[in-house]
Amino acid sequence: MAVLSVKNLSVVYDGFEAIQDLSFTLEDGDYLCVVGENGSGKSTLMKTLLGLLKPSSGEIKYDNLSSAQIGYMPQQTAIQRDFPASVMEVVLTGCLKANGACPFFKRSTRELALKNLERVGALSLAKKCYGELSGGQQQRVLLARALCSTQKLLILDEPVANLDPKATNELYELISKLNREEKITVIMVSHDIRCAVLQASKVLHLDKTLLFFGKTEDYISSDEGQKFLGHEHCLCGGGN
Amino acid sequence: MIDTIYDLLSLTFIQRALIVGILVSLSASLLGVSLVLKRYSMIGDGLSHVGFCTLSVAAVMNWTPLYFSIPVVVIAAFLLLRLSENGKIKGDAATALITTSSLAIGVIITSLGGGMTTDVNNYMFGSILIMSESDVKLSVILSVCVLTLFVVFYNRLLAVTFDESFAKATGIRANLYNMLLAILTALTIVLGMRMMGTLLISGLIVFPALTSMGVFKRFKAVIICSAIVSVVCFIVGLFSSYIFSTPAGASVVVANLITFIIFRIIGTICAKVKK
Repeated sequence: MAVLSVKNLSVVYDGFEAIQDLSFTLEDGDYLCVVGENGSGKSTLMKTLLGLLKPSSGEIKYDNLSSAQIGYMPQQTAIQRDFPASVMEVVLTGCLKANGACPFFKRSTRELALKNLERVGALSLAKKCYGELSGGQQQRVLLARALCSTQKLLILDEPVANLDPKATNELYELISKLNREEKITVIMVSHDIRCAVLQASKVLHLDKTLLFFGKTEDYISSDEGQKFLGHEHCLCGGGN
Repeated sequence: MIDTIYDLLSLTFIQRALIVGILVSLSASLLGVSLVLKRYSMIGDGLSHVGFCTLSVAAVMNWTPLYFSIPVVVIAAFLLLRLSENGKIKGDAATALITTSSLAIGVIITSLGGGMTTDVNNYMFGSILIMSESDVKLSVILSVCVLTLFVVFYNRLLAVTFDESFAKATGIRANLYNMLLAILTALTIVLGMRMMGTLLISGLIVFPALTSMGVFKRFKAVIICSAIVSVVCFIVGLFSSYIFSTPAGASVVVANLITFIIFRIIGTICAKVKK
């Protein structure tokens, strides 16, 4: 069953066409890695999928899902790193939809937040200060927050940026587990191309238009894949 | 000591100053936490200078200051936010432009309309004698609005402060809440600036937030602490200004500065003890 189908999508961003005529379909339980060089339209694609940018033509269709029901994990900003908030307070900001119009958090909302902290193995951090956590722990907390607003689809923007190798592996393992065991569809943008491609079941290679979309095994043996993965070390550590 | 306080409280202008001051300090400290964390601290300063400009115009034209200042400063808040979000001129530079231009225009208008009088001095550094009874009423109404809106939208404001792109993606209208924040700030500044002085009012916004962040690491604790710090500093500042015959606005800011230093020292000691 298709969770997401994108048809002939074009998006104009900042006056130029950042994505041209893109089409692909994601099935329930897929783990998609979006790759491409800087300026290839990866971020624009994410923003459009989340409903933050309007397509100039074409359409995006979700099955039984509105764009506000996607679990989104954006890149960390400088403001967040030493933000004075407890982990619980951070995770609860992902539960506002579930809480409705009530100005205070209901008991069920708090339980939802705790449940999702447990899913990412961070329940023991609930009372800690967010700013005092390690990079890997902070990403787990942000993943828990994303899980609060979704049952089905996670969109992750550079989840392992600035993490040390151990934390990177742990986070990849966690994402794979959510995908495998809980059948959550994952879309991930990453600069850590070689690892990310190995994690994912499908790859979408973007350079304003679609260069490749299909299974990871096929991508690795394809021309685009050979070129891109071969150049991996000079692409790592780039900006957005 | 108790007699002095009793004498003080029987004075009408002190009563008015206390009512308006406590409400304004409370609003400013709550909004300040979000503004400081979002790196919008200078918006307060920019808006207070716009406020100075409107006070000069109102004085020359003989208009009631608040009725003229409120709409103009709210519009300025709107503009400042727009400029800092998507303008070609970046936020801090845009604020500097607006700050200096409104100060310049204000000074020119004042000098054309009769020169620098005690009024202008009062606008710049504040005076607790200015408050009329209608000012007090308006201040109470507006402060209650600010406080209510803040409490009702507290969770959403936290979400938008912490992570705007996430908030937008989950369907929270972040721009709307930014606007709300700017408008509430504008109102608070207009209410407080004549008592505190346009050059000193942004201290009420920045200090309590930074003071409590020195010790507390949870958002709710930071908010509650800055509200308490702000009100206590205002009362101490006001009383000491009466006792030592110092300007009220400046005394309140100095009370805030001393508290800030004390809290930072406590924070450093706590961090060392933990390790």
